[in-house]
Formats: sequence, structure tokens, C-alpha cells
Amino acid sequence: MKANCFLLFGQKNCGKADQKARNSKNDVLASLIWEEGTTGMSEFAIELKGINKSFGPVRANRDINLAVVPGTIHGIIGENGAGKSTLMSILYGFYQADSGEIFIKGEKLTISDSQAAIAAGIGMVHQHFMLVENFTVLENIILGAEGGNILNSALGNARQSLIKLEEDYELAVDPDAVIEELPVGIQQRVEILKALYRGAEILILDEPTGVLTPSEADHLFRILQQLKDQGKTIVLITHKLREIMAITDNVSVMRQGTMVATRKTSETSVEDLAELMVGRRVLMQVDKGEAKPADVKLSVENLTVRDGRGVTMVDDVSLEVRAGEIVGIAGVAGNGQSELLEAIAGITRAESGVVLLDGKPIKVTGGADPALLRHEGMVHVPEDRHHMGLVLPFEENENSILGYHDQEQYLSGMFLSIDAIRADAEAKIEQYDIRPPNPRLKTSNFSGGNQQKIVLAREMEQDPVVLLIGQPTRGVDVGAIEFIHKRIIEMRDAGKAVLLVSVELDEIRSLSDRVLVMFAGKIVGERSPEATEGELGLLMAGVESEVA
Amino acid sequence: MDLFIQLLDTTVRLSVPLLLAALAGLYSERSGIFDIGLEGKMLGGAFGAAAVASLTGSAWLGLVTGIGVAMVLAMIHAFASITARGNQIVSGVAINFIAAGLAVLLGQSWFGLGGQTPQLPNSARFTPIELPFAEALSGVPVLGPIYSDLISGHNVLVYFAFVMVPVTWWVLFRTRFGLRLRAVGENPAAVDTAGISVVWARYRALMITGVLCGVAGSYLAVAQSAGFGRDMTAGKGFIALAALIFAKWKPVNVMFAALLFGFLEALDIRFQGVEIPGIGAIPVQLMQALPYILTVVLLAGFIGKAIPPKAGGVPYVKER
Repeated sequence: MKANCFLLFGQKNCGKADQKARNSKNDVLASLIWEEGTTGMSEFAIELKGINKSFGPVRANRDINLAVVPGTIHGIIGENGAGKSTLMSILYGFYQADSGEIFIKGEKLTISDSQAAIAAGIGMVHQHFMLVENFTVLENIILGAEGGNILNSALGNARQSLIKLEEDYELAVDPDAVIEELPVGIQQRVEILKALYRGAEILILDEPTGVLTPSEADHLFRILQQLKDQGKTIVLITHKLREIMAITDNVSVMRQGTMVATRKTSETSVEDLAELMVGRRVLMQVDKGEAKPADVKLSVENLTVRDGRGVTMVDDVSLEVRAGEIVGIAGVAGNGQSELLEAIAGITRAESGVVLLDGKPIKVTGGADPALLRHEGMVHVPEDRHHMGLVLPFEENENSILGYHDQEQYLSGMFLSIDAIRADAEAKIEQYDIRPPNPRLKTSNFSGGNQQKIVLAREMEQDPVVLLIGQPTRGVDVGAIEFIHKRIIEMRDAGKAVLLVSVELDEIRSLSDRVLVMFAGKIVGERSPEATEGELGLLMAGVESEVA
Repeated sequence: MDLFIQLLDTTVRLSVPLLLAALAGLYSERSGIFDIGLEGKMLGGAFGAAAVASLTGSAWLGLVTGIGVAMVLAMIHAFASITARGNQIVSGVAINFIAAGLAVLLGQSWFGLGGQTPQLPNSARFTPIELPFAEALSGVPVLGPIYSDLISGHNVLVYFAFVMVPVTWWVLFRTRFGLRLRAVGENPAAVDTAGISVVWARYRALMITGVLCGVAGSYLAVAQSAGFGRDMTAGKGFIALAALIFAKWKPVNVMFAALLFGFLEALDIRFQGVEIPGIGAIPVQLMQALPYILTVVLLAGFIGKAIPPKAGGVPYVKER
């Protein structure tokens, strides 16, 4: 029953009634504390009081209080940079708080390193897995808990416990498999097993679904539910509101380093939480009218791309994008979307295939000139703005003309016209609401969302024919996401052909007029954006279902 | 047959310093610290060993000093690259220069022989050991000469070097220390989050590097030769590094790589100036360059990609 429930985890009321019945005792207790924050402290699995942590001038955590009821799933939600991960790193002994107190099961502890946290029964599944990639599962599990100088007996013991853990929690993993050969979903299981092997009673998961397909995420949630049923306490850090609604019992919201609220999940809503996260009302729905597709502006025929090792990343892909429509490419990261985008943009050399921009062929198999392509109307907002989109040590105004610096309006004779560039940058700052509004500021000092706006302003203002966008809102805060989505729709309505690649399925579904799903380098299906998440998820996982 | 046995015998002798230095580098690099200063540590060790052996008349005291000197240099490298998070290549190059300069400077001021140490008497050197039954078995065809000429009759450091191969394998792959050492070289953050000190694991790895370089240097000065000579390592530290890469950072492969390079050196010595029918004399320079050429050629195409430990060369900083 539960399985069905989580497959549709977008739907709110699923399973809530029986959860509530089970936790009624804790709920009474908890509701008392959340109003006042005083009594019954010895009952909490985790209690943090007045935690402060600064990195240089940045105050990552300010006076944080948090109480987690044992045997519950407690969500911590907040935008990127709100201080969630820092707080959990303090709890796990990775950083030390500047001030504040930590109580675990009512006992005051000084967690000076991860060993102390592990001893206190805390386990952590990091966002970037803490696994040694060329080690076996077993070696990774015993690392740090070897139990003796010679490995043989430790490996034997670990194998035994692993078999038991697998039976208890449906966490099947081949103990002799090498980590780098396992899919990420399984790697994550290894991380969970690692924590359980060390006897963790409290499990912290930092953005666990970022790298998972929807069905893998469902499986993870089933595992978490089981762990909870066995009496473990789970802290789930995420920026995805729907996950909070689907699986947590209680939720705490962080904003700019402070803890702004704690709620019972059953008594809150997505809109409510979003407002707490951002500090103002946020439009959760993307408003968009009917698309009016016109002529084909971008046409890709039988494109194949191999990487440096000769592995086929894009396999015989054909697609068309018309003026006035947004074509979204969905897929789990690493299924060739990035390479497809880069090949079309002329950055990566394709093995074979034809790409037509407004009817004219592009030399994608060699000799393509990305600079020339941009002048001809194909602009590219790269997936990784730090790596390809911006030169971080440059000033904002320099980045806002990067790649277009040879256009006449920025030149005076053979020199750059600094005045013209700065005036241009100021206009873009105004138009795209880039903050702080200072064109002389070093680009690395802008937040992720504002850096992305710098790139978008530069590319969108070129009046392109085709707009290629990769991960437009990766590492971008909710407020800026709203703005960026609106701009992308505006580009469509202005008659541009937009090709969008994103690993956020929600983003693909809300922006696209047509959705193509990529798996293992191939386009495995086209769906309308109204297709259910389950259906798209199956395609993304490579399960062909031509029935639908 | 005799010629061949002789050639192999020379190969063994010549490959010992390469083997020890490459194993030293293996510990360091497997823990994520690039070590281009093997040459300098070996040279420092050689000088220390020769100086003390000549002053005390004891090869063993020489060996202890050689290890001590190399250890000090290894710890300088460790401090620079682990604690101070400096650039590991720069630190390694600096150690090479310091060792080369100081050895000559101190040698001149202590012994006044133009940077050399006095000729050591045999009593202050490691001399060949006759293994049991070597004499008795020498008459047996094929196996006899192999045992009595090739296996027997080396000094104690030769046996130490070859014993270190399986020992190193066992330590790396069968002990807790080895598991952690390999882990810090691949993903130090995983070790840190498991509650183990990355810094301490790397320091320990570099201590072993120091010991092995010290033995390698001592072998050169008080076993193979009878005293220290200017630049007596002659690039062996770098060839060892090439052998290490060639062997893909694996202990048993390291032994074969060291033997191969030792064999090339032996060929060079054996055939210097010898007229080979139909070809004529092979230029000395070509023979000397052969190990380097071979490394480049083999690395470029024949042995496949050599993937170094992933965290190599990068100082570990907790992410902000």
C-alpha cells in the first residue's frame, strides 16, 4: 500500500491519517515545545540551542534552535545558502560551532569530530557521497570502523552484518561490487548502510534525491519510512517542498542562516513553506499561455557524440525546435543531455550528424565556431555557469559582455569602451533585477541566482533565433527561479526557439511545450508536459512504455 | 649462460635503489602526496650514511643516519604539503636542491675532498652474504648457478628491498593502516567524515617514504659503492618515479618495473663500447637514455592509461 502512496508523492494527503495516529503522543509533546521551546528537553533525539557559526564575514548560522522528536522524520528546508548543510555539518562534527549547545537524547555533548558524532549514534548521508570510488562496498563500509589492525576478520564481520541489515531494511547491495561501477541510487544505499553499520540511531540525509530518478527517490522514501518504523530518527535536508510534504512529520524552515519556523507537516502547505523560505509570497505556478509554434529554427538530425574515452554519450538523436516553443529535455543527470547541448552549441565535436540553424548547416562534426554561431543567432546559457558561463574573478560588467566584446557598441577604435560597457551593464542590472546593483563588483561576490541572471541577461539580450539553456535554475534561490522562468516564457512568446535541458522534472514540466526524455544517450520518448510524473519517471529510468 | 646470469646479477644490484625509492614513492603517492623529491631524499640519505659510516666505521650506524636524514627531509615535505597545504611539486623540487647543495657543502667542510666522503673500508660497508648451501649447490646444472650466483651473494639491503614488495602489498591491502592510506589518497573527505584524521594518515605514509628513501640512499653509499660521491643518485629518484607510474602504483608491478629499468642499466654497462656485429658500437648516450625513452613510449601507448590516486597533489581542505 505504502508503495503506491509514494509513487504519487506529489499528492498531499497520502498516508497522513495513519502516520498521525502512530505519532499522536509525540505530537502532543511536540506541539507544546514548538510554541514555547522549553519543557521536556530530555525526550528529544536532537536538541540544538543557540548555535552560531561564521565563516569569515559570512554568518552561516545565527542563534539556531532545533528540536527533533525521536522516531520521526524531520525535514529541514531552505534555499541554497540558507545554512542547512552547515548546521548539519556542525551536528556531525565536521565543523565546530562558534557558540551554542548540542543535546543528543537529552545528554549535552561536545562533538569535536565526526568520530564523536558517530559514537553518539549520528550517521550522515552527504549530498556528495563520501565513498572511495575504487574501493568495494565492503571496504567502504568498514573504513573508520575496522575494529582491528588486520582487515580479514573485520571484512568477515561486516559481511555478516551487511546481510542482516539488508534483510531488515530491503537495502540489497552486492558487498564485493566496486563503488564506481554502481548506479548512484545504489551508492546512496551504501552510504546509508555505512551509517547503520556504525549503529546510527539518528540519520541525517543532505539533499538525498538530487541525483536520483523519481522511482529511485520513491524507493529511498520507502527505506526511510521503514527506518522510522524501526524507531530511527531521520533528519531530511532538502530544498524540494514536495518531498517535505510527502514524507516528513515535522518541518523546520531556514532562511539566511536563521531558523524561521517549525511546523507540523500536516498543518502546513507548500505555499506556506515557500513564503517562509523566501520571506515573501511566491508564485508557485508558472503562468504561460498557449504556444504558437511557427517555422523550424533548430533541426538536429542523427547526432552522435562520443566522449574522450570513446563512450557514446549522444546516440543518434534527432529533434526539431520551432520558433515560439520551448522543447524540454528531461533525464537523470549524465544521460547525454549536457553533451547534446554542447554539441549543438559547437563546443563539443560531434561524431556524426547534421544540425541546421534556421535552415543553414552548422559544422558540428568539426570546425564549428561557437563565437560565430552566437553571432548567427544561436545563444547558449551553459549548464555550469562557473565553469563555462562566467569568469568569476572578473567584474560584473566584464562578464556581462563576455564573448560579445567585439561588438561595435562596446568598442572605441581598437580599445574597449569602458563607459559604454558599464552603461550597458547598468541597464541589464536594472532590467534583470541583479543584486547588488553594482557593475564594478567582482562576479564571485554575487549569489548563485544573481550570477545566473548575469549570464541570462547577456545571452537573452542578443535577440537570438535559438536559445539553448542548460539547468537554468541550478543553485538558484526560489525568488530568482520565479523570475528566470518568467523570462524564458517571455523569450518563447517573442518567437524564439528554446531548447531547455534540466534535471529538475518539475521545471521541465512547467516550462516546456513538448517534453523529450533522454536515457543513455537516446531520446526514448516524447510526451506532453501534462504527462504524469510517474510516466516520465519510467522513461527517465529507461523503462520503455509505449502503451501510454 | 654465464654471461646471462652475470647480466641478471647486475640487474638485481642496480634495481635495488630504484625498487626502494619507487616503493617509497608508492606509500607517499597512494596517500595523495606527490613526491618528486625522492631523488633528494635518497641523496641526503646516501650522504648521511656515508659520512657516519666513515666516522664510526659502522655500516649499521650509517644506515640509521641515512634513514634519519631522509626522514627529516620527508617530514619537511610533509609539513609543507600536508600542514601548510603548499604545492607538492614545488616542495619536492626544493628538497632535491637542498639535498644536492647541502651534501656537497657539508662534505667539503667536513672531509675536504671536494664534496666526496672518504673511501670506506669493507668493514664499514654492507658486504655480500653467502646464503646456506650456495657453495654446495653451485655444481647443480641450471638451478645451481641461479641459486649461488643470482640469489645468494648479495648484501642484506638487497634482500630487504625484495622482501618489502610482498610486505608493502600486505600492508596496503590487508591492514587497517593500508585501507586508510589508500582511502586518503582517493577521497580524503570520506576518511574525514568517518572520523579519522587525514593529516595523521598522510604523515604516517610519508614517514615510511622517508625510511625507504633512507635505505635506498644508504644502499648506494655504503653497499653498492664505498662512499658518497657528488650527485651519486644520478636521476635514480626520477627513474623510480617513472617506474612507479609505469607500474600503476601497484607494489608487485613496481618490482618488475624496477627490474626492467635495472636491466636496461645493466645492458648499458655491459655493452658500453662493445662492437656488436653488423651495428657497431652503440652510443653510450643512447643506452643511458633508454629507460627514459622506454617510459615515454610505454606510457604513451602500450600499457594503457595510468590513473594516479584521485586526490594526489591536492592539499586537503574541508569544504566551506
